Amino acid sequence: MADQALQDTTKPDGPALTRAEIRRRRRYENPWFNPKLFWGAGILLGIVFVGLVGRVLWDPDLVFTGAGVLRLPPLGFENLRGQAGVLNHPLGTDGAGRDMLALLIIGAPNSLYVGVLASLIGMSLGIVLGFSAGFIGGRTDDVIRVLSDVMITIPPLLILVVFQAAFGDVNLTMMALLIAAFVWQSPTRLIRAQVLSMREAGYVQMARLSGASTGHIMFREMLPNLVPYLFGSFIANVTTAIVTAVGLEVLGLGPQRIPTLGRTIYEAINSGALIQNLWWWWGLPTALLALMFIGLLLINLGLDEVSNPRLRRL
Amino acid sequence: MARIPAAYLVNRLITLVLTVLIASTLIWIIPRLSPVDPADIMLGRMSAAGGTVADSEAILATLQERFGLNDPLWAQYLLYLRNVLLFDFGLSTASFPTPVSVLIANALPWTIGLMLISVVITFIIGNVLGALMVWDHSPKLVRVAIPAAMVFTSIPPILSGLLLIWLFAATLQWFPIAGSYGLLVEPGWSWEFVGSVIHHGFLPALSIVVVTFGFWALGMRGLMITVQGEDYTKLAEAKGLRPRYILYRYMIRNAILPQITAFALKVGLLIAGQVLVERIFAYNGMGKLLYDAILNQDFPVIQGVSYVIILMTALSVFLVDLIYPFVDPRIRHGRA
Repeated sequence: MADQALQDTTKPDGPALTRAEIRRRRRYENPWFNPKLFWGAGILLGIVFVGLVGRVLWDPDLVFTGAGVLRLPPLGFENLRGQAGVLNHPLGTDGAGRDMLALLIIGAPNSLYVGVLASLIGMSLGIVLGFSAGFIGGRTDDVIRVLSDVMITIPPLLILVVFQAAFGDVNLTMMALLIAAFVWQSPTRLIRAQVLSMREAGYVQMARLSGASTGHIMFREMLPNLVPYLFGSFIANVTTAIVTAVGLEVLGLGPQRIPTLGRTIYEAINSGALIQNLWWWWGLPTALLALMFIGLLLINLGLDEVSNPRLRRL
Repeated sequence: MARIPAAYLVNRLITLVLTVLIASTLIWIIPRLSPVDPADIMLGRMSAAGGTVADSEAILATLQERFGLNDPLWAQYLLYLRNVLLFDFGLSTASFPTPVSVLIANALPWTIGLMLISVVITFIIGNVLGALMVWDHSPKLVRVAIPAAMVFTSIPPILSGLLLIWLFAATLQWFPIAGSYGLLVEPGWSWEFVGSVIHHGFLPALSIVVVTFGFWALGMRGLMITVQGEDYTKLAEAKGLRPRYILYRYMIRNAILPQITAFALKVGLLIAGQVLVERIFAYNGMGKLLYDAILNQDFPVIQGVSYVIILMTALSVFLVDLIYPFVDPRIRHGRA
C-alpha cells in the first residue's frame, strides 16, 4: 500500500507538486512517518542510548553510597553550604553521596525495563485471552469478559502495596511480573471487541471457507490489522506500569537495593530536599521520568494517527 | 429518560460484587502466602504495645476470637469476608488500641473531597479545551497553545506535585508545604477553617488537574473530529445557526458521552495517583495514612486502606455505569 502511495506522488499528475507537498502527501499516505511517532521514539531511544553508553563512559559504581561528598550541587551551582559543583560529579550528589549522573544512567533503564517487561507479558496474555474470548465465545467469553471488567477497576498500586508490605524486598523482574498481572485487561478488551467486529468481515469469511485453521485466521488474517491498536495499547501499558512502579518506589516500597528513579525521589522527599532547595536531588529524576512519559505519550499520539485516519491533517 | 433495565443492573451489580470479592480475597491471600505470617507479627507487636495499655490481655483475646485465628483457614477466610463487609479490619498495630476503621473514617472525607474537586475541575476544563481544539471558530491562540500544553498530560500527578511544592510552597512560600489545614486553626464550620482548607488543598488539587485535563482534552478532540464530520452538524451549519449554538447543542453534547465511559476506566488510576499526591503533600487523607502504615509496618491499616480505596473505585465505576443510560437517551440496554 505504501509503495503505491509513493508512486502516486511521483506521478506527474497536473501541476508539479512542490517538495514540501510531496512530503506532506507521503506522510498522509504512510501514517507511520509522522513527527509525533518520530520524536517520541527518538526521546525513548535517547534515554536507552544514554543508559547503555553511559555505563561504559561513566563509572556505574558511583551509584553507591559515599561515592562523593554529600549533597554537592551540579556543576556551575552552589549549595546552601557554599560548596560549588565539581567536575567529578557534574550533576551533583544526593544525601548519601551517590553521584546523580550515575543514578540517572542506571535508574532510567531500570524503569523502562520494568515498564516494557510488564507490558509485554500483559500484551501476550491479552492477545491470547482476547482472541479466545472473541473467537470461542460462549462461556469462555463470559468468563474472560467479566474477569477483565473486574480486574480493570482494581488499582494495581494498592494490591502491590499489600504484596510488598507482606513480602518485603523484590527485584526488578519480580516487580514487572507483579505489575503484569494488572495490565492484561485493556489489550484483552480491545482485541475482543475488534475480533467480534472482524469475525464477520469478508476476508475472514473467505479464509474460513477456504479451510484455513483457526490459528491461521487469528494470527495471519486478523492480527496484522490490529497492529496499530496493539502498539497503542502496549505503549499505554508501559506508561501504566512505570507509573505504578514509580508510585511503589515513592511510597518507599519497590526494590530496596537497586537504584531506581522513584526511590531516589523517595529519599529526597524524606530528607527534606524540597525545603532545603536541593533541587537536583529530586528534580533530575523527576525531569527524566517526565521526559520518558512525554516520549511515551508522543508515540501513543502518533499511533493514534496511524489507526484513526481522521486525526491526520493534510 | 430511560429506565435502567433489570438485566443491565444485575450485570453491573455482579461486576461490582465480584470486584470487591476478588480484591478482598487478594488482600487476604497475599500475606498468607508470604513466608512470615503477618498475623503472628501483628499479635506480637500488639502484645508488645499492650504493656502500656490497660486490659490488653482481654483485647488480644477478643481479637483472636474475632478473627478466628485458631480456626481452620477457610473459616478464617469466611470470617474475614464478613468482617470486611462490616468495615472491621481490626486494630492498628502502630497506634495500638485504635480500630483501623476509625483511622480510615478520619482520613476518608479528605480524600473524597480532594478527589471530587479535582475531578470535576479536570473534567470540565479538559472537555471544553478539547472541544475548542476542533472548533473552527476558536481563537488561534487556543488551537496552538493547547496542543503544546498537552505534552504534560502524560506525567503522573506525583511529579507535577513535586514541582509545584518546590515552586509555590518551598521557594515562593505562597502555599503551605504540608497538611490539609493550619495547625493553629480549630476544625469546624468557620470561615477561617474553610479558608485554611482551601489554602492547603489548592496545590494538591492543582497538581492533579494540571496533568489530567489533557487526557479528557485528547479524548474530546478525537470525538469532536468525528462529530464535526456528521451530516447533522453540516446541516446545522447550512441552516445558518450560530456557531456557538452548534458547538454546544450539536457537537459537544453528542461527543461527550463516550468521555463518561472513559471516566469509568480512568477512576482507578486517578485514585491511585491521588494517594501518591496526598503522600507528598502530607495531606491528611488515605494516602498519608497508607504511607505512615507502610513506614510502621502496620499491616491491618495497609489492608484496610487498600480495601477501602478499591471499594471506592469499584463504587464509582458502578455509579458511572448507572448514570450513563440517563445521560445518553440512545442507550436502551438489551432492548432493540
